[in-house]
Amino acid sequence: MTEAAGTRRIVVEATINGEPQEFLADERDSLLEALRDRIGLMGVKEGCNNGNCGACTVILDGRLVCACLVMAAEVEGSAITTIEGIASSDGLHPLQQAFLEDAALQCGVCTPGFIVAAKALLDVNPHPAEDDVRLWLAGNLCRCTGYDKIVQAVLDAAGDGKESA
Amino acid sequence: MQAVRYARPSSVEEAVDLLEQGGDRARVLAGGTDLIVLARERRIDVDLFVDVKALEPLTAIRYDPADGLAIGAAAPCYRIAADPAVQEHYPCLIDCATLIGGVAIQGRASLGGNLCNASPAGDGIPALIALGTTVEIAGPKGRRTVAAEAFCTGPGRNVLTSGEFVVALRAPPPSDRAGAAFRRFIPRGEMDIAVTNAAVHLRFDGDRVASARVAVGAVAPMPLLVEEAGAALAGTPLSEATIAAAAAAARAAARPIDDMRGTVKQRRHLAGVLVTRCIRIAAERAGVQP
Amino acid sequence: MVTAEKPYKVVGTRPIRPDGTDKVTGRANYGADIRLPGMLYGRVKRSPIAHGKIKRIDASKALALPGVRAVMTAEDLPRKGRREFAPLGSVKISLATLSGNVMARDKVRYEGHAVAAVCATDPHVAEDALDLIEVEYEELPPVLHADEAMLASAPLIDEELHTREMATGESAEEPSNVAMHFVTEMGDVEAGFAEAEIVLERSFKTKMVHQGYIEPHNATAFWRHDGGLEIWCSTQATFVMRDHLAGLLEHPVSKIRVTPQEIGGGFGGKISVYLEPLAAVLSRKTGKPVKMTLTRDEVFRATGPTSGTAIRVKLGAKRDGTLVAAEGELVYEAGAFPGSPVAAGVRCIFTAYAIPNQRIDGYDVLVNKPKVQPYRAPGASAACFATDSVMDELAERLDLDPIALRLKNAAVEGTRSADGAAFGVIGNRDCLQAIQSSPHYRSELQGPNRGRGVAHGYWYNAGLESSAYASVNSDGTVALVLGSPDIGGTRASIAMQLAETLGIPAERVIPQVVDTDSVGFTSVTGGSRTAFAGGWAAHEAGLDLRQQLAARAAKIWGVEAEQVRYRDDAVIVGPAGEDGGERSITFTELAAKLARTGGMIVGRADSNHASAAPTFATHVVDVEVDPETGKVEILRYTAAQDVGTAIHPSYVEGQIQGGVSQGVGWALNEEYRFDEKGRMENASFLDYRMPTALDLPMIETVLVEVPNPGHPYGVRGVGEVPIVPPLAAVANAVHAATGHRFTELPISPAAVLEKLLPGEE
Ligand SMILES: Cc1cc2nc3c(=O)[nH]c(=O)nc-3n(C[C@H](O)[C@H](O)[C@H](O)COP(=O)(O)OP(=O)(O)OC[C@H]3O[C@@H](n4cnc5c(N)ncnc54)[C@H](O)[C@@H]3O)c2cc1C
Ligand code: FES
Ligand code: FES
Repeated sequence: MTEAAGTRRIVVEATINGEPQEFLADERDSLLEALRDRIGLMGVKEGCNNGNCGACTVILDGRLVCACLVMAAEVEGSAITTIEGIASSDGLHPLQQAFLEDAALQCGVCTPGFIVAAKALLDVNPHPAEDDVRLWLAGNLCRCTGYDKIVQAVLDAAGDGKESA
Repeated sequence: MQAVRYARPSSVEEAVDLLEQGGDRARVLAGGTDLIVLARERRIDVDLFVDVKALEPLTAIRYDPADGLAIGAAAPCYRIAADPAVQEHYPCLIDCATLIGGVAIQGRASLGGNLCNASPAGDGIPALIALGTTVEIAGPKGRRTVAAEAFCTGPGRNVLTSGEFVVALRAPPPSDRAGAAFRRFIPRGEMDIAVTNAAVHLRFDGDRVASARVAVGAVAPMPLLVEEAGAALAGTPLSEATIAAAAAAARAAARPIDDMRGTVKQRRHLAGVLVTRCIRIAAERAGVQP
Repeated sequence: MVTAEKPYKVVGTRPIRPDGTDKVTGRANYGADIRLPGMLYGRVKRSPIAHGKIKRIDASKALALPGVRAVMTAEDLPRKGRREFAPLGSVKISLATLSGNVMARDKVRYEGHAVAAVCATDPHVAEDALDLIEVEYEELPPVLHADEAMLASAPLIDEELHTREMATGESAEEPSNVAMHFVTEMGDVEAGFAEAEIVLERSFKTKMVHQGYIEPHNATAFWRHDGGLEIWCSTQATFVMRDHLAGLLEHPVSKIRVTPQEIGGGFGGKISVYLEPLAAVLSRKTGKPVKMTLTRDEVFRATGPTSGTAIRVKLGAKRDGTLVAAEGELVYEAGAFPGSPVAAGVRCIFTAYAIPNQRIDGYDVLVNKPKVQPYRAPGASAACFATDSVMDELAERLDLDPIALRLKNAAVEGTRSADGAAFGVIGNRDCLQAIQSSPHYRSELQGPNRGRGVAHGYWYNAGLESSAYASVNSDGTVALVLGSPDIGGTRASIAMQLAETLGIPAERVIPQVVDTDSVGFTSVTGGSRTAFAGGWAAHEAGLDLRQQLAARAAKIWGVEAEQVRYRDDAVIVGPAGEDGGERSITFTELAAKLARTGGMIVGRADSNHASAAPTFATHVVDVEVDPETGKVEILRYTAAQDVGTAIHPSYVEGQIQGGVSQGVGWALNEEYRFDEKGRMENASFLDYRMPTALDLPMIETVLVEVPNPGHPYGVRGVGEVPIVPPLAAVANAVHAATGHRFTELPISPAAVLEKLLPGEE
């Protein structure tokens, strides 16, 4: 691709879903743009591009963040987990299984963000109460489900007794 | 996103240089939860993001019983909220650090950024004011400090001059019989910008309120320290009458506007409601039954 | 909670949806996820003013920016005549309206109206180019409220628009901002009100609100050198999209293929074209695929919310609560082009109740705001807010239980509505009774500042065309090909109906949603028609398969086809063979033999049935109002709904819960806010304030199953009606908690405080 005006390529090294990677990004790319457009991790969704919806939620160095509010250049040397890194080679994460069994998704576009956020919750609070779940997930918007089955799925995944890995 | 460059200085001096050279179009990047949105939506013109998160004094949180608390200006809310000393001695900061945005916003958003962004509705600012925080600033001419209540000068404006940035927020050491609280009102349960917010710090001497600092936000071009409200409380034991007087003073000090987030009437009324609620919680935290 | 026992094996169970794993692992391909080699990125230049003439557009600076490949304006689209139409479901839409909304020609009619589009090699560069496109406007005064717009003195948004009297088909002499006037009458209204012992007349207002789907609109187009046009996008209606593009671009239908990607919500808002024709033209100009996605800001400003409304309702009743007369006047904002859902509002406003004398007037009024689009039960929610608020007040005045009042007046089988149609088998009373006997309604609500409200709503549902192809695989599975994009689990519910027909487990049917070249015409996913019509088509394809499988077994056995029967347990049985025993073969065994016995087989169906049956919903909600802040908290919510047969109960519950959540948002906080110049002030999720997980409790559902006798599995649409009652239910609950009636939405904390604190300055 020829360089267009105002584009500046940078190289970023980061560990993405456990794999060390080196990728080319534009200096003005957000982490969301880099993950989607440069690396091809399309599971990270864009709903608002300004931190309001949580569809782009990823885990950055152990913390939940909105990928649309992080610059790609900032993640040099960091570790990032996206929805694509939640299931293991053994199968789906208990949360993913619970979302399926509880019909916790309709259109599904919010689902990656919810599952990543819920995983971060179970990592710090393996047995949350309903209110804990609602508070933690308040940054993730879902317009289809009314949240009922999402909250239920998170509670069910926690109640499974399976440790969230 | 406009064509912006990114720099990550490794010393305070280097950051000062970058900011000075960059002038108006160079901006400090802390958590980016305000800055990236402003720059992306082209509401400000930026050429350079100066990421200060590699600077130790900007990310450290230190507590010393004698010196008080120093919060690095770029320390994210989740770290502030998880800090044992803050939890024990400054619950008022926990009040705001746990409600700015949602969990993912708190993973990045800093109190320094909240203050520097100087939104009239910034949820960190009233607490900083009520606690009597001083703002430590680095710049081309060295360091200086400014009281939190004097830091914001209007919506989106603050006292920083070219090349300056905030290093740390310093809250005085806690005193024995003191308590503080922050509350805000939003129409939803979370993820909303305050219609009005307030913070109150009370220090008691026996039954008597020895000193009181009352701050309200989103009712004026910048968060206000309402001295009259503090004066209404100080010098006597807490009573329904003094609480009502403080609330009335807060309402009187409010000069709100009508906008999409709230109305003049609503905001003025809420200033009184929230100040009242904060006084009660602050007293309780100080171990005093109002 | 499901109330009825069913004779089915698959229908009524809760299998895991076939597309689920891809969606929980981030592998599903939504519209914005497409990447094609050499792809360019497009953006739209939009009007910063609400009303004005375009004097000049100069793109030379943008075109000079390195990386920019092309710019287009309305000049690049064929000019469409006012009387050229394209089909849209059972109605038609003017191509001039569609084209004019897609890109402004001569005049901008709302803030955010597209005026040009640009594409570049990099998304950032395309964005940079926007500022370099110079547009000069002559500003005109905007018309922002329907009541102002109806005045003869109002500035005209469209000088050539004349009010059309829908009853007579005649158009008015003078131009006007009122596009259409509907009237429906039944009985003798004056006599009815004369007979009434109590008459209540109230006026209501609601604001424009958005569907709020999380995925922004997107489109990718590739105009091949041979004239073939490929479109990938998130749409509720691939075939409608194709036909509209053909009309807008004057390009043969046969040369357009629309491939639906997964769609991140629509609720009616993703039926219309927006970006597709722009991406197509940019692709034609550059010879490259062009991808475009809207920002959230653009979604708010420039797609289709639903109307702000002003509704007057007058009800007359006997002292015992029997309704004798009703009058309604509905004024709906259409936005900048005709086409509000006022006709549906007129159709729904009193229909849940049997009222002998009625007159309803509806006006479709242009204002300088975005052109509205359907939003879940379009037009019905605001109408129900008005009627059921008055019903609540009537119950209060007459000292009747609000459910009892509604039961007394509920339409039943045979009741005629104002549009003349008589109801068939309906679950109207059943829903009311389900709430009446629910643990929620029977519980006592205690505590200060709390109140309980009920409301009852109706939606008529759509049928329309659907096609399905089902081919048997050698391993005993069936590949089911559908044309309806799956927004909320319709793949599952349609596949389940085919599985039921064939007598095989749900997992054995593998549904696929395909492009417009690969399946027969299928109308929109919307109007609650997909599980109804898609399921019917799948059932018919299943019947076709049963017949063909029986014929194949007959051929293998060397007997007459009439002697062979496909049993409901998926065993094909024929006459006794030489050994004396009945011949039989299972579906799976036969599937394995197909290739060797004459080839694989495919079942087909094109279904177009008008018997989609109406649905009703009764909701009850408990709220608590903070008297100091005016904030309304939802404590408990129960929704009972006549769902026909619940094919997959989890997704039926999910539809109800989603609709309730949207309705609660509409009632409490959501609204489009405009400044005096018609610029939207709150075009972000943060300031538009949709409910978060923290704003709602669990939403209890009661599935009242009154099967639709006009459908093989008794399906009624379930997706629309849940958004009808919440507005009124919440308003009635807030009244119970505060003693104040709220006749305007949203019932925001500021609005509540305004009533609670009349004294303060
Ligand atoms: C979805 C969402 C929800 C939000 N909710 C809330 C809320 O509930 N309450 C609330 O108050 N805010 C809210 N905000 C706004 C924002 O998150 C806060 O203001 C946050 O504290 C800003 O901190 P930051 O570290 O992200 O600042 P940044 O965005 O990095 O910076 C903000 C501004 O301050 C400047 N700046 C930052 N650090 C310094 C420094 N050390 N010295 C000099 N200048 C500096 C930057 O240049 C920029 O102009 C929300 C934002 C989003 C996107
Ligand atoms: S896309 Fe990042 S929060 Fe919405
Ligand atoms: S399932 Fe559609 S937004 Fe959540």
